[in-house]
Amino acid sequence: MKTIDALNVYYRDLNSLIDNSIETDSDITLKNIFGQRYIGRGLPKKAKLKIYGTPGNDMAAYMDGAEIEVFGNAQDAIGNTMNYGRIVIHGNCGDTLGYAMRGGEIYVEGDVGYRVGIHMKEYEEMNPVIVVGGKSGDFFGEYMAGGAIILLGLNLTKDEDMIGRFCGTGMHGGVIYLNGTPDKYRFGKEVAKSTNITSEDVLFLRKHIDFYKKTFSKQLNNLKIESFSKYVAVNKNPYSNMYCIY
Amino acid sequence: MLREGELRIPSGCSISGIIDKKGKKFNGEEIIKSITLMHDRSNGLGGGFAAYGIYPNYKDFYALHIFYENLSVKTQTDDFIKKHFDIEKVENIPTRSVPNIVNIPLIWRYFVRPRTQTCVSKENFIDEAEFTSRCIIKINTNCKGAYVFSSGKNMGTFKGVGYPEDIGKFFMLDTYEAHMWTAHGRFPTNTPGWWGGAHPFTILNWSVVHNGEISSYDTNRRFVEMYGYKCTLKTDTEVITYLFDMLVRKHNLPIEKAIKVVSAPFWDDIEREKSEEVKNELRSIRAVYANALINGPFSIILGCERGMIALNDRIKLRPLVAAEKNNRTYVASEESAIRVICNNPEKVWAPKGGEPVIALLEGEQE
Repeated sequence: MKTIDALNVYYRDLNSLIDNSIETDSDITLKNIFGQRYIGRGLPKKAKLKIYGTPGNDMAAYMDGAEIEVFGNAQDAIGNTMNYGRIVIHGNCGDTLGYAMRGGEIYVEGDVGYRVGIHMKEYEEMNPVIVVGGKSGDFFGEYMAGGAIILLGLNLTKDEDMIGRFCGTGMHGGVIYLNGTPDKYRFGKEVAKSTNITSEDVLFLRKHIDFYKKTFSKQLNNLKIESFSKYVAVNKNPYSNMYCIY
Repeated sequence: MLREGELRIPSGCSISGIIDKKGKKFNGEEIIKSITLMHDRSNGLGGGFAAYGIYPNYKDFYALHIFYENLSVKTQTDDFIKKHFDIEKVENIPTRSVPNIVNIPLIWRYFVRPRTQTCVSKENFIDEAEFTSRCIIKINTNCKGAYVFSSGKNMGTFKGVGYPEDIGKFFMLDTYEAHMWTAHGRFPTNTPGWWGGAHPFTILNWSVVHNGEISSYDTNRRFVEMYGYKCTLKTDTEVITYLFDMLVRKHNLPIEKAIKVVSAPFWDDIEREKSEEVKNELRSIRAVYANALINGPFSIILGCERGMIALNDRIKLRPLVAAEKNNRTYVASEESAIRVICNNPEKVWAPKGGEPVIALLEGEQE
């Protein structure tokens, strides 16, 4: 296992250092990370990164199978257009997490910012998943086209809301699972609560919640699968009639 | 080549701010370190800082920082200043040579007091601050090639064309002690870049650093210009500065109401308010000050005498992170830019869109 001290290392130098290192040693620990961008961009399956500090924007952009574990908070646009792999964040995460994500999994222990899962999508066997332990900002699942987002809403105080407003605005595919049923005004008009929770949904939730518990060493005895609600797009193709009249 | 003011620029930038709420002073090294970490958010076409509490020996004088393009406009401006102000001290703002900082204008600083007996009169509702702000607007409009880029008391801004870390070095900010610093790294995408167009933008003790673009600029501009302001640079940030000066200084709105004006709640959120009183107040604010609503993506840090306020647009289209440790509040575009100067903050949070971070000096009420 190789350790890189990233203090005062410019992001480009750091990222080429990582590229070079995985040729010989695929397990890399990064220390003293302060905002370096694009860490783990396009990284292939064999690489495993442990990151201590605050990785910068667009971490794991276009990631292609690597595993990244962050011990600290992450910033904006994490997992931008990532294809395969897994990101685990022991902390909070900023805005546009999983931006246009195409595959792989992201687990966030705490809260996330605005526009999480914006335009994430799925294709055949590629089904991206984001699991968030705490609360989220506005526009959760905005323009979502595929994949799944699970929001556990753990440890909220009385005056905290699990989601903000405009959840699922412009959504036309994928699934959002929320631990509870927030007021209707918080959702966009393109998303609706589904009454059809199947055994597959339950298995799916259980699998990812179990992984969350294990990864972040939590008991979560009070967390009940039955209290989750499922939200899907009202229309798979809402804009198809916008430019032509049949 | 088109100059600043002849061209409108969409921009994306970096901002950072630190305040010690007990008023303890510290030099500019920390704020430079914070803004330097976000180097790649800017492109070398603008950097700047605002520092509060730096002129304790001249705290009763307005400190005018002025860029001049040539000596003849300086002579013209000097005549104007002498006519309207008593000058306590005039000097070059000290700078050191930095390789990347070029095309440097003449940079002067004046500590002045309005000539009260001739210029300021209660009958005409003109106090010192109003008089001074009018004079500054006059200089910026009429003296071509002169630009007053700072005009507060016991505070100053330092800005120019370059990366913020180079601008900080150039202005020797390590030699100034302030209880509050804000900083900006600029990324104007189409600008020719001029020193006056860098952030912060100021009027009197107000300073604004801004990341984003104000799509309501022209509506806001027309509104403030009805109250005597003149937007000389066509950049959106300038109008934010004037809006706050107008709302708080001229219209006597409490700062938290001024924030509601520029970042008003959505109508349907107002309708859901439980208290009729709050509901009516918000309705009135939106009705009276419809033209002062700032629309478009922004995160700003507003500096004033009383402290520091950071604010996002209502749907948070630009990043903003805040942290607290001991007596200090930090805000920045990126969390790493706070952590690099603040080890283990007690609290770190991402403010919601439209919800301000208000960090005032002790003894100041919200």
